[in-house]
Amino acid sequence: MEKFTKLVSRAIPLPIENVDTDQIIPARFLKATSKAGFGENLFRDWRFHKDGSSKEDFILNNSNYSGKILVAGENFGCGSSREHAAWALEDYGFKVIISSYFADIFRGNALNNGILPIKIEKEKLTLLLQHLDQNPNAEIEVDLEHQTLSLAEIDLKETFEIDPYKKMCLINGYDDIDFLLSKKEAIAQFEMQ
Amino acid sequence: MKKTLFDKVWDAHVVDTVPNGPQILYIDKHLIHEVTSPQAFAELEQRGIPLARPDRTVATADHNVPTINQHLTIKDALSRKQVAMLTENCERHGVTLYGLGHPYQGIVHVMAPELGITQPGMTMVCGDSHTSTHGAFGTIAFGIGTSQVAQVFASQCLLLNKPKKMRITVNGNLGPNVLPKDVILYIIAQLGTNSGTGHFVEYAGEVFENMSMEGRMTVCNMSIEMGARGGMIAPDQTTFDYVKGREFAPQGEDWNKKLAYWKTLPTDPGAEFDTEYEFDAADIAPMITYGTNPGMGIKITEHIPELDDTSFNKSLSYMGLKKGQSLLDHPINYVFIGSCTNSRIEDFRMVASHIKGKKKAPNVTALIVPGSQQVAKQIKEEGLEEIFENAGFEIRQSGCSACLGMNEDKIPAGEYCVSTSNRNFEGRQGPGARTFLTSPLVAAATAVEGKVVDVSQIEMV
Repeated sequence: MEKFTKLVSRAIPLPIENVDTDQIIPARFLKATSKAGFGENLFRDWRFHKDGSSKEDFILNNSNYSGKILVAGENFGCGSSREHAAWALEDYGFKVIISSYFADIFRGNALNNGILPIKIEKEKLTLLLQHLDQNPNAEIEVDLEHQTLSLAEIDLKETFEIDPYKKMCLINGYDDIDFLLSKKEAIAQFEMQ
Repeated sequence: MKKTLFDKVWDAHVVDTVPNGPQILYIDKHLIHEVTSPQAFAELEQRGIPLARPDRTVATADHNVPTINQHLTIKDALSRKQVAMLTENCERHGVTLYGLGHPYQGIVHVMAPELGITQPGMTMVCGDSHTSTHGAFGTIAFGIGTSQVAQVFASQCLLLNKPKKMRITVNGNLGPNVLPKDVILYIIAQLGTNSGTGHFVEYAGEVFENMSMEGRMTVCNMSIEMGARGGMIAPDQTTFDYVKGREFAPQGEDWNKKLAYWKTLPTDPGAEFDTEYEFDAADIAPMITYGTNPGMGIKITEHIPELDDTSFNKSLSYMGLKKGQSLLDHPINYVFIGSCTNSRIEDFRMVASHIKGKKKAPNVTALIVPGSQQVAKQIKEEGLEEIFENAGFEIRQSGCSACLGMNEDKIPAGEYCVSTSNRNFEGRQGPGARTFLTSPLVAAATAVEGKVVDVSQIEMV
């Protein structure tokens, strides 16, 4: 897993609530047997017409916007547990997702793929979305070590929460398998009970 | 200390606690399928790690499989490859597989309970969010991502923070033709799609006590649709009677020992929950969803609410519906009766009892997709097949089918489908498809009338 410490990037606003993982990557694209290439079909049916041409009104097709940060409405990532959603976001280039609420399974999947889900208050999220709507070039700074998110031009400086263990994993690029294997003896003992 | 059902099962599976961090939770049973396991097997092989406990892992092919001619080679190349890879991976790692053609093949959450693999007091996981289904047995069961599938492969454990506890109590008696599906759709409509985030839910009260295991599975199945990690119902005599004698259920002295333990699992009186909700069964009626998340549900006699926000408007525009509109008499061309929510024998008995001697409306394509080969066999043995065929319903072979449209069973763009499945997300049943989630009874009645009908007025045979 890639290490994550600090990111300064422009951001893409997606002011839609309850974005489910079927929208992030529809089921018909889950037939791959590797993790690569899912970015191509990220938000497939919002991004493209049936014939494969771009839907001009969808934000990812708006050339004014780019960046490694996605700012989305509350309850992002709800529904199916498919990790393909996290792979698709990662493959497309997102490193940070900001919302006022994440679905549990998606949040875990994101963290396991080096994507940082940042939860902020709903009012702050609205503020951020509004600002990005008018200012596509605004740059957001995310500092994992200090757990801060800031957008200087609107005086926004938020601290966010993250599980200390997961923070350590992201900063060092570790994953849970390494940790669990280091606990082999304790697990074997538990199995003897 | 007074403990909840969830505390008791969770605490009994904690191997270790990371200081200021998550806990290591031991997993009793790991269910896998073709779609969310290949990358996990690959991860293990790349790192040279063997499967820790293949004997605690059970596989089936369900998500992308065709529901016609399962004895033939799968036509879709990508599906064929995924299923072949599952077979190879299971062979190489010594995992039991109930693949296509096996008499135990079926939707993972139908197959495991009916074989007695699912038992009270266990921890179970699967790379599928509807793993919450197994909570009906007083099991901690939840969906995981593929990285976590790899973690369980490698260690038979997961690193998790203990979720919060929620209790939803429903007392009283359900009205006529109000089914378990209506109960859970009602709860989700009342609480919203993210009300359960961070929680494990216990369903308590007379309504769940009086429910069959099939009904309890339907309820627990949809816990994820309110954002909860899982749902549980305390094991009782109904549970024990269901499990006893099944293929992998404990037997003899082992049964007695386990039974004694299972009886200790229900929540202690006075144990505390982080969040509690209470509903009256008398307020619940046959339900239908109108929007693009399962929380957008109304009683079938109610009108679509008149809200005004971007997401709500986007949803109604996708559905081609208007605020304030009633769904009664709404014409329907597709009916899907199946999925891990409602594809068990009890569901098909309910459907058969309603459509016996009737015919589907000429405009309707009605699909019956049994949850497993065993359910399909029961449908035949109980004579339901004839009833479905006479009514003009198509009976298919088992799999996830039109619930998520990974195989050929898709609803065409713009068409409405009354579906007994669990998700009405945009494009879930096929690009552009519009889903109304209901109980199997509403689905059956709709197929007969060709339009949405109020089943509370229907006399059951």
